Formats: sequence, structure tokens, C-alpha cells
Amino acid sequence: MIALCNSLVELVRRSSAELPDDVHQAVLQSLQNEKKGTIAEAALQIIDRNIALAKKKSQPICQDTGSIIFYVECPVNFDQPAFVQAACMAVREATKKGFLRQNSVDSLTGINDGTTVGLGSPSIHFHQHQQENIEVRLILKGGGCENVGAQYSLPNEKLKANRDLDGCRKVILDAVLQAQGKGCGPGILGVCIGGDRASGYEFSKQQFLRNMQDRNPIAELDQLEQDIVATANRLGIGPMGFGGNTTLLGAKICAANRLPASFFVSISYMCWAYRRQGVTLDQKGQIETWLY
Amino acid sequence: MIHLTTPITEEKIRALKVGDAVEISGILFTGRDVVHKFLHEGGVLPAEVNLRDGIIYHCGPVVMKDDAGQWKVTAAGPTTSIREEPYQSQIINDFGLRGVIGKGGMGDRTLEACKKSGCVYLHAIGGAAQVLAECITEVKSVHFLTEFGSPEAIWELRVKNFPAVVTMDSHGQSLHRDVFATSSAELAKYL
Ligand code: SF4
Repeated sequence: MIALCNSLVELVRRSSAELPDDVHQAVLQSLQNEKKGTIAEAALQIIDRNIALAKKKSQPICQDTGSIIFYVECPVNFDQPAFVQAACMAVREATKKGFLRQNSVDSLTGINDGTTVGLGSPSIHFHQHQQENIEVRLILKGGGCENVGAQYSLPNEKLKANRDLDGCRKVILDAVLQAQGKGCGPGILGVCIGGDRASGYEFSKQQFLRNMQDRNPIAELDQLEQDIVATANRLGIGPMGFGGNTTLLGAKICAANRLPASFFVSISYMCWAYRRQGVTLDQKGQIETWLY
Repeated sequence: MIHLTTPITEEKIRALKVGDAVEISGILFTGRDVVHKFLHEGGVLPAEVNLRDGIIYHCGPVVMKDDAGQWKVTAAGPTTSIREEPYQSQIINDFGLRGVIGKGGMGDRTLEACKKSGCVYLHAIGGAAQVLAECITEVKSVHFLTEFGSPEAIWELRVKNFPAVVTMDSHGQSLHRDVFATSSAELAKYL
């Protein structure tokens, strides 16, 4: 239990302070693409300096250390309640150490008890597999970018979006337009086409577990991903909405089955401070390898 | 680069234009969702929190106590400002603010108040919590810490060369309004 808790504190620390390489690469590329001497370029330079400073000081990349979302792949006989307990301990500890902000508020009383633990925080998704290894992935997702997530129900008359891929494209680009400035762009989209109101958002968030540079194995979705990024970057929204060439760093899209009556497109927006890490754990709960 | 030092005169604010890069030194008071609603509903500030000719910073920092018992800000980027749109214009006018720091920009009512009272909206780089925390040299005081919780409390911060960009000025100009208009028109071409 202690070993597991320590491992999870380290996972939280590293997630909060160190941007994964694939994301950092995308940020550096966007810095190259901005016009010299613009405020867009200056914004990305500050972002790049910030990434280095957070790592060096082992302090949060962003003060909003976000929703704490664990994804656990575990063997069939895995002790889930023990993991939940260790994760809650780890979150308390990481908050005390300043890797997490005191970030969980009672919605009825407005009280922040300073622990970052409460109903829904952290959130933990277990998935059993027929293997012995344990993989724990963590996403810290800030509130500013969460607020600009959007769910569309097709058809959408205003946007002339029908129940087809072109309709999906229209609403996804509308979400990018509406999000401008607010979610700390350049951003990354996680999208689910289909599902219900809950599962759609759930699947859209799981897209953030993918590597930035990977390609979608489904041809239509791959094409849509490339098209969304290219088109969004022609809109001139730019980093922070200052104007410029980089509005999106990436788009990751999946499709889930839906009811005949429903056609949702659920869009989660991730800010440039895209904090995601993962580890494999041994039987004692000690970290074996890092996944990103 | 334009330097601003608090307290700031109206003249200095009126000279700023959208797109100007500034560096701020002096005192910032953090205030976000709870503080804005509190003030809007007639809440009274302690005497030490003097906002006149000053700057409010939309920020919920991470603040730690060091071994000597001193507060230290370890992460302090801006939060999304548009949530304060229902309250901001009144607070600019009533308290005589000269600057609002945040991210994402604000709406027409705030822009109007900036014009009327002589105030600007200063966009800090969202997520740049470490670069911005380095500009904070001292935590001077904190108010409503237990009532509002740490991220929502009013932290009085001394800063040096805190970088920001003027994105809404006191002449009715807004970069956010302009970028929204051009990007909407651009998007229409690709649909
Ligand atoms: S949107 Fe992301 S980078 Fe911006 S303040 Fe929130 S967590 Fe930080």
C-alpha cells in the first residue's frame, strides 16, 4: 500500500510538472510556425520557458492542476478498493507537497477542505485485462479548457450540420471557433462521434491517452483529424486567441455506436498544458516503466 | 516594452493600445469567481485591500508555507476572465480599477467600463504558471483564506516585471472581438 501510494504521488508529480515529450514536440513545432516578432510567437516562447521551468523546479506547469483522472488496466484479481484508497492518499499527499492545487470544492457549501479529495476527485476508471501487468495512466485536465468542451446533437439546423461526417466536421470546427481564447490554446481536441451524453464525453476524453503523433487506423477518421487541424489553423485564432498560425496542435477522434434516435458529437478540449503520464507497476506497486 | 507601476494614473492607461506588450511592477490583488460575486452583492473589502488605481488579477494560485512560515507562490497563471463578465464593469467603476489581468478576454460591458473609467484588460499567458510565479517577489497579505479557500482568496502580491499584453484598451478596441470576427468570416469559407 505504501509503495503503491508513493508510486502514485510520483506519477502525479511528474504529470503536473513535466509535459510529455510528444506534446512538447508539438509545442516546439508550433513555435517554429509562428511569424517572428508577433505576440503569438512571444506567447509560445513564454510557454516554452514555462515548460522548462516547471520541470526544473518540479512545480506545476499550470496552477490549475485540474480534474484528476486515472485509467487503470489491471489483471482480473486486482484489489480495486485498495487502489482507490492509495490513490486518495496520494492525492492528499501531492496536494500537501504542492504538486496539486487545493482543487476540490463542495458544490453545495462552497467549502474547499484543502485535500483535493471528495466525491468524483480523483476519478478512477478500471479496466480488467487477461494479463498480469498493471498500467496506470493519469490525465490532469484543467477547468478553463474543460469549460469550453461542447456536445452537439445532430442535425443542427443553425450550423447546417446533418447526420454525416460533414456534419461532424461543421460542429467540431464551430467548437474550435467558440473556444477561442478561453481554453489556453493552442489546444488539442478529443472527439467522440456517437455514444450517449455520458459515454460520448467519456470516450472523447479517452482520446487524450493517445500519442500526439499517432495516426488514426480508421481511414475516414484519420482524414477528418488531419482536416480539422489544417482548417482550424487557417482561421487565424492563434495561441491564446492572439491571432496567429497555431490554433490546434492536434485532433483525436473516435466513433462509438449510437441509438437510431441520437447522434451526438462530444468534444473535449485540452489546453497546451496537456498533462498526461503513465506507468507500469510491479506486484508490490513499484514503478517499472514510464509510458509516455 | 512598456513598464507599468502601481498605482497607475489614468493618463498612463489611456496611452495604452491593443497589442502593446507591458511589464507590470508593484501590487496585484488576486480575485476570481467568489470575490467578484461577493463584491457584486455588496460585500465589503478589508481596508488593506485598496483597489483604487490598482490591478485585479484573475488567478487562483498555488501557495505554500515555507519552513519559516512565509507564504510563497509556487504557481500563478491567469484563469478565464469571461466568467466575471456579469460583475466586472461594476467593479471597475466602483473601485476605480486601472487594470484587469486574466486570460481569454472579456465582453462588451467590460470594454465599455474600460472606456468610461480608464482601465485596460491585460492578457497574461494562460498556463504559464511558473514564469509568472517567478515575477512574484512577495506575498504581502491574504484575505478570506478560510471563507473562500486558497484559490478563491484575495492574495496581495508584490510583482516585478510581470508580462502581459493589452488586448482591450480604454478606447473601445478589443483584440478578442476582432479575432472572433475575422476567424468567423474565415471559417465560413471552409464550410
Ligand atoms: S486551461 Fe489549461 S493551461 Fe489554461 S489555466 Fe486551465 S489548466 Fe491551465
